[in-house]
Order: sequence, then structure tokens, then C-alpha cells
Amino acid sequence: MTVFIIRRLMQSSVVVAVMSLLVFVGVNIVGDPVDMLINPEADQAEIERVMRDLGLDRPVHEQYGYFVVNALQGDLGKSFIFGEPALQLIVQRMPATFELAIAALLIAVVLGIPLGVIAGLRPEAPSSKAIMAGSILGFSLPSFWVGIMMIMLFAVMLGWLPSTGRGDTVPFLGMQVSFLTWDGLQHLLLPAINLSLFKLSLVIRLARAGTREVVHQDYIKFARAKGLSESRVVLVHLLKNIMIPVVTVLGLEFGGLVAFSVVTETVFAWPGMGKLIIDSLHELDRPVVVAYLMIVVLMFVIINLLVDIVYSVLDPRVRLQDARA
Amino acid sequence: MSARTERRAQAVAVETPFRRFASDFFESRIATAALAVFAVIAFIALFAPWIAPTDPYDLAQVSVLDSHMPPGAEAFDGRVFWLGTDGAGRDLVSAICYGLRISLGVGVMSGVIAMAIGCAVGLAAAYFGGRVDTLIMRIVDIQLSFPSILVALVLLAVLGKGVDKILIALVTVQWAYYARTVRASALVERSKEYIDAASCLALGHRRILFRHLLPNCMPPLIVVVTVQTAHAIALEATLSFLGIGLPITEPSLGLLIANGFEYMLSMKYWISVYPGVALLVTIVSINLVGDQLRDVLNPRLQK
Repeated sequence: MTVFIIRRLMQSSVVVAVMSLLVFVGVNIVGDPVDMLINPEADQAEIERVMRDLGLDRPVHEQYGYFVVNALQGDLGKSFIFGEPALQLIVQRMPATFELAIAALLIAVVLGIPLGVIAGLRPEAPSSKAIMAGSILGFSLPSFWVGIMMIMLFAVMLGWLPSTGRGDTVPFLGMQVSFLTWDGLQHLLLPAINLSLFKLSLVIRLARAGTREVVHQDYIKFARAKGLSESRVVLVHLLKNIMIPVVTVLGLEFGGLVAFSVVTETVFAWPGMGKLIIDSLHELDRPVVVAYLMIVVLMFVIINLLVDIVYSVLDPRVRLQDARA
Repeated sequence: MSARTERRAQAVAVETPFRRFASDFFESRIATAALAVFAVIAFIALFAPWIAPTDPYDLAQVSVLDSHMPPGAEAFDGRVFWLGTDGAGRDLVSAICYGLRISLGVGVMSGVIAMAIGCAVGLAAAYFGGRVDTLIMRIVDIQLSFPSILVALVLLAVLGKGVDKILIALVTVQWAYYARTVRASALVERSKEYIDAASCLALGHRRILFRHLLPNCMPPLIVVVTVQTAHAIALEATLSFLGIGLPITEPSLGLLIANGFEYMLSMKYWISVYPGVALLVTIVSINLVGDQLRDVLNPRLQK
């Protein structure tokens, strides 16, 4: 077990190291670091001072060392646009993105599991076929275009919901959240549905496949034979057993929601991390881009590591296979 | 004479694997329709300069006076803009034809390059096994644990904009899927007798890999090709919409949609909607063809 965790930790650190090297090479070798890291409006004395501060007058391998040491201390440079540390900017935007991602995850689960179970119980019924056709569309449609269509329909033509921004926010556990105000909730609804569509299709498919498998098991037949009501069979005996794969996949997919929120946040002007990085890319605000990429990759590496460890605790075959490889 | 006709009749009746495959495929009416739709789209994309009513990027044929015309409106010279015009007065029908050309071109080209790289790497992993296999598959696993949009974002942030850069990003996103698919089926095929026979004949590695092993790994690969091409087209549109994909000189469908987005709030819906419909029809038709291919080529479902 310990050996497995150590191996995985080493693998994760290699990924982070490769990533930092890639970003470092991208910023410092492919482009001109003086242009990229120093505010273009700075005068000559300022440029020389910053170059010394950043160690740009040193050889390349020493520069990489500086970059790593600074990054480990949480110093990823200052934004040109906002004049604040890049890390702080991103941390400020994090609650908005997480709120959106969690709302999308909730929608996917709350709608997806019942729809999937219905489609799995009667696979040949027209309603089930409609649900499955909908889930194919959910996989195929590019989410940015669906978001635009939602804005057109619900915000411009019908005028039911606001199209952009986050609405009123209130402090909650030290963060600003919008799901506790009516205005905020209205603003949250469209982006959350938009972000959830892909995962919703995934949950429907998982729940349907699970239902079709479980419904023929002996314990379901036994529950029916005992004379339990259909609702009890479905809601207790069936649901409990299809939840395992659904929950596992959703745990894995949460990181994906955060990554894909880049698209939804841009369409709906939702002030989260994703919109920040796209704006920063357009405005050539390199420190923020570098900081975002490093943070998100680190987040993914940690999620993957945790999932691997939890898996190996639950299923010893995983780590045995790994030891043999 | 009669013997010859008889022989010919026999030749027609013989069921080749391809003919069986085709008749299985066309059993599904939806898949047949999807294939027909995709053929039309591919035709439009290939021959856009001859099909499109105007060249939307020739300044002599575009007039700013025609900007923001709704669908069906008539220009001063009597031409009809069936799908309306965009902010610069370009006919949307023509812009969509040209956009399809760029979107499909980038999607298919990235797919071909990714397939070539993925196949070579996957075959090598399966054939040589051992450390090569472990290393390659570890890299594949790690890459697939990151969502495609994040991988593309990292690369484009480092590389910048441009056709070559988006091709690099799309290939990087896709190659791992090809490598994994080819490795899985090559592992099964490798243990079969014809590979042993080829080895006994002392044929070279390259010949065994590409002439014996690869052709037998094709069926699952074909399914991955369709799914990945649709995925690449959607990803390119998304990245172009975000403004970090193709440059403004290569107006793909994603860029057309992004251009129309700013007019959306003033009810000029058509500038965004119709390029989006074209994108949608392309992606859905490829996915439907892929779904049917998966069913037809899946040995477990064969009668």
C-alpha cells in the first residue's frame, strides 16, 4: 500500500515538473521573457530592475530554478492589468467557478439518475428512446453554441432570465456566493444548466446501463417476489446498486467541469477563473495565464492521485496490477 | 457462353466481407441518412469556391451597405440573401460554405496526423511490450486523465494562435485515443498464428507491424476515427469561439458564431444561429455514422 502511494506520488511530481518545464520553456524560450513578463509601459530603469528581480540576467537553468523556487513559495508574478499577485486574483475567482461547477453537478445528478433509470426500466418505450436521443444530442452539441441559444431564447426573446453576470452575492463561509439570493439564483440557472448538459448525458447513460444490468439480478427478483411495492424496489434496492459507478465517475468528472467552465463562463460572462484566463490570454497578461495553468494542473494531479489511492483501498486488484507492471 | 454467364452470376452472389459490412451498415435508416448528409457536407466543403453564391472574403463582392440583412432579404442588385448577412455585409450562405471548408479541413487533417502517430506508437507498444509498453501507456493514461480542453488551453497559451498551432493542439489531444485503441486490438492480434507465421518467415519488424498487424486492427480504429473527428471539429470551433484558436484570417464556423454573438442581444439571431446549425449537423451526422459503425463492427453483436 505504502509502496503504491509512494509510486503514485512520484508519478504526480513528475507530471507537475514536466508541466512547469513546459510552461517555463513556453514563456521564456519560445517568446521573449522581457516582453512577456515586464509591463510594456515600464521605462528602462524599471525594466533592468525587474530583470534583476526575476533573474533574467542569469543562465537558463538558474532561471528555471528561480521560477520553481518562487512558484513553491506561492509567488507566480504580478498581473499587468490588475497590479495584484496573480495567485491572489485566481483565488478570488475560485468560489464563483466552484459554485457554478457544483450547481452543474447537482443538476446532472438530480435530473440524470431518474431519467436514466426510466430509460433503463423500459428500454423500448418511446419516452426512453426520446431520453436516449436527447443524451446523444447532449454529447454532440458544442456547449458554447447551446449556451448562445439559451441566451437567445430565455434572455433575449422571452426575457425570463438574465443573460450575463453573477447577480447579487452574499457572504457564506467566508466566500461570496450567489445561490442564496433570488437574483443570484436567477443568474446561476442558465450557466449551470449549460455546463451540466454534457455530464447530464453521461449520468443518463451510466444510470441506464446500471439499471439494465441490475434489474435482472436475483436480489431484485427476490424483492419483487417478496411482494414489495415497485417504488420500493426501484428507489431502494435498484437505486442503491446503480449509485456506485455513478458516484465514482462523477468524482472523477468534477475536475472536468472546472476545466470546461472556461467555455460557459465566457458565454455567460460569469466572473470565475475560466473567464479570467480567457481575458488574460487576450490581454497578454502572462503571469495570470501561467498561474492559472499551474494551479489547474496541480488541482488535476491531486484529484487523480486521490482517486487512485481511494480506488486501491477499495479494490486491491488495482495496486497489485500496478506492482506487477 | 452460358458457362460464362453462370460464372458471372456466381461472382455476384459471392459475399465479400465489404459487401456484408455495407449491407449491415445500410440496415439502419438513420445511419444511411446521416451518411448521405455527411457526403453533402463534405461535397460543399470540398467545392465551396464553386458552390458558394459569392466569395465572402473578396472585398469587391461584399458591400457594407448589405450588413445585418435578415434572412431572405434582397440586395440592391437583386441578389437574395437566403440566410441573411453578417456585420460586414457578407452573404451567410457563402460564409458557411467557406467556414465548413476550414472547419472540416482542420478537423480531418488533425485526425489523420493523430492517427498516424497514434497507430505507430500503439503498435510499437503492443509489439515490443515490456518497458516500451509500460512507458507509452503510462504517458497515454496521464494525458487522458486531463480533459481535452485543458490540454488544448495549455498548448495554445504557450504556442499562441495559428493554423499550425491549433493542428498541434488537436493532434496532441487525439493521439492518445488512437494509441490506446490500436494497442488493445494489436495485443489480441499479436498472439494469433499468422503473426507467428510471419515471424517464422523472418520478415522484418516494420513489415510485420504495418502489413500484417495493422490491417487486422482496423475495425475498432474506424470507429475511433469518426468519434475523434467529430470531437476535433467541435473542439476547434470551441477554441476559435473563445478567440484562442484559429486567427481571424481563417474564418471557421466557430469564428462565424463568435462574430454573431455580439449581435445576439439586438435580436440579429441569424448571424450566430445558422453557422451553428451547420456545425451541429456536421457533428451529429458524423456521430450517428460512428454509432452505426460501432454496432456493425462489434464482433460481440454479430449474428
